[in-house]
Amino acid sequence: MKESTLKWESGLSVWLNAMRRDRKAAAGTVIISFFVLLALLGPLLVGDPKAPVGMPLQPPSAGHWLGTTGQGQDVFAQLVAGARTSLAIGFGVGLVVVAIGGLIGIAAGYFGGRADGLLSLLFNIFLVIPGLPLAIVIAAYLPTGPLTLGLVLVVTGWAWNARVIRAQTLAQRRRDFVAAAIVSGESSFRIVACEILPTMTSLLVAQVIGSTVYAIGAQVGLEFLGLGDVSAVTWGTNLYWAQNDAALLTGAWWTFAPTGISLALIGFGLILLNSGFDEITNPRLQMEHAWRTHLRSRGHEPTRSTPVVIER
Amino acid sequence: MNETLLSIRDLCVDYITDQGPVRAVDGVSLDIRGGEFVGIAGESGCGKSTMAQALIRILPPPAVISRGEALFEGCNLFSIGEGELRELRWKRISMVFQSAMDALNPVISVREQITDTLLAHDAANASETREGAVKLLEMVGIPGDRIDSFAHQLSGGMRQRVCIALAMALEPSLVILDEPTTALDVIVEYAILEEIRQLQRRRGFSVLFITHNLARMLQFSDRVAIFYAAKLVEAGPSAELRRAAKHPYTQGLLRSFPSVHGGIGELSSIPGSPPSLRTPPTGCRFHPRCSLAVDICRELSPELVMYGRDHSAACHLAK
Repeated sequence: MKESTLKWESGLSVWLNAMRRDRKAAAGTVIISFFVLLALLGPLLVGDPKAPVGMPLQPPSAGHWLGTTGQGQDVFAQLVAGARTSLAIGFGVGLVVVAIGGLIGIAAGYFGGRADGLLSLLFNIFLVIPGLPLAIVIAAYLPTGPLTLGLVLVVTGWAWNARVIRAQTLAQRRRDFVAAAIVSGESSFRIVACEILPTMTSLLVAQVIGSTVYAIGAQVGLEFLGLGDVSAVTWGTNLYWAQNDAALLTGAWWTFAPTGISLALIGFGLILLNSGFDEITNPRLQMEHAWRTHLRSRGHEPTRSTPVVIER
Repeated sequence: MNETLLSIRDLCVDYITDQGPVRAVDGVSLDIRGGEFVGIAGESGCGKSTMAQALIRILPPPAVISRGEALFEGCNLFSIGEGELRELRWKRISMVFQSAMDALNPVISVREQITDTLLAHDAANASETREGAVKLLEMVGIPGDRIDSFAHQLSGGMRQRVCIALAMALEPSLVILDEPTTALDVIVEYAILEEIRQLQRRRGFSVLFITHNLARMLQFSDRVAIFYAAKLVEAGPSAELRRAAKHPYTQGLLRSFPSVHGGIGELSSIPGSPPSLRTPPTGCRFHPRCSLAVDICRELSPELVMYGRDHSAACHLAK
């Protein structure tokens, strides 16, 4: 128990360090934390998002910060409520997709031979199936709802990750440190989990982040097309209803702009976070950071050739 | 000997870390003359490879050249731009790397590799280049019919020879050999060094030969420089160093291998291990391991002093 708190604290301090060095990571952390807190705590602060609270299509005012929808509902309440579903689906799908893809990819790459042949066949088939159209077809047949959407996105999204992880595993398993691990009698599981997997940390993180961005976008896209449960409150249905109520025609920008901007910010924040993770998982990048700072503080830019900074 | 080809003056190289800079090469001055075979020896981590790579500015981050100059054929290697460096590399200074196994591209043949090098720097025509490639291979003792081989079809020694042929391809005036034979057995090592020595005599280029094998180096070099903990501690002609080394570290190194021709003396090793460059010892950096150390060695860092025409050493006790 004590050990795990210690680990957690050191992880936190590593992250704080990375934020201090890297303004991009810091900005990403702030943006994502804001939306995660909004999704977790927001619904306690706003009322029922579906309750009609005023005249329809009222512009932002003191009573309704972001105005009202075509049904006379509070846009801010809907934005906050929608964040919870959309982010949950996004992060959930991102993690599950990489977990499945990673597991299958590593197994294919490490064991090779017939296992590789079968697994590769499987994910190659999934790769040639066009994702979004299949997602539309599945979503149209299954009972609508956020869970169905998540499932659809997992089914159509895992194969690409498996492919990349398999290639990376193939490259790593021929390296001498894996041969040394085999000779020293480590089990296959330990070699995969403790020797090969850590070399791919930054790749896995990048995949989780990429898949999350994809999942949030695809989920909103499918719901916007009406393929989700239109009675639920998510960012996708917010946009669906805004479109349904002819927001553009009536000039009611406040019904779609907050959701759109939030979506863009989430994607932006996740990409910024990625650079922070890169630095944490790659010790060499951390060293280069000190080097770059040293050069810049003396008025030099990093160059391809060894820089010459004559000290007087 | 001829005029000076490369003149290194007061060179300092730092590695920038989170805990501050670490000086890996500290105030080294060294001359290499035209047609000279100069050896640099020292323990692992003493800065010899760092210096060689700093000269052609290929040290990766976090290295920074923080002091000194290197005049090569009249231009300062530390003040020229990226374009001039590109012109200079390989054509005028080339290098054979420590791990030749990895220096060859695995997917193109030896022929392509050599002709690429020739064509990239010279506007020579293709047929001339093809003949040139075969000649180069034969020069380093590989049969011409192996020219279409790929790297994985050659033995380690042959790969190293191909790298040497590549380094000679453009007839540079300086070839840097960065421990080129470390991965090879002694017989192959000897054969390759002998070939380089003969080529060097015939063509008149200069060689900077880096190794931790002092015996080999004394055997092949005209002049030798000994590094210890980022500093140059002694430099002089091989014969003179072998006969009358001034620095206790050099003397220690010389006692650590047997002489084939001399009598059977007692072999000894230098006690202790090299110091950390982050917190180097005060005074002379060798004093904690030196059996002769006196008070001044602990307090004052010795300057490099000339003894005789070409021989210099940095030791308070040298006479």
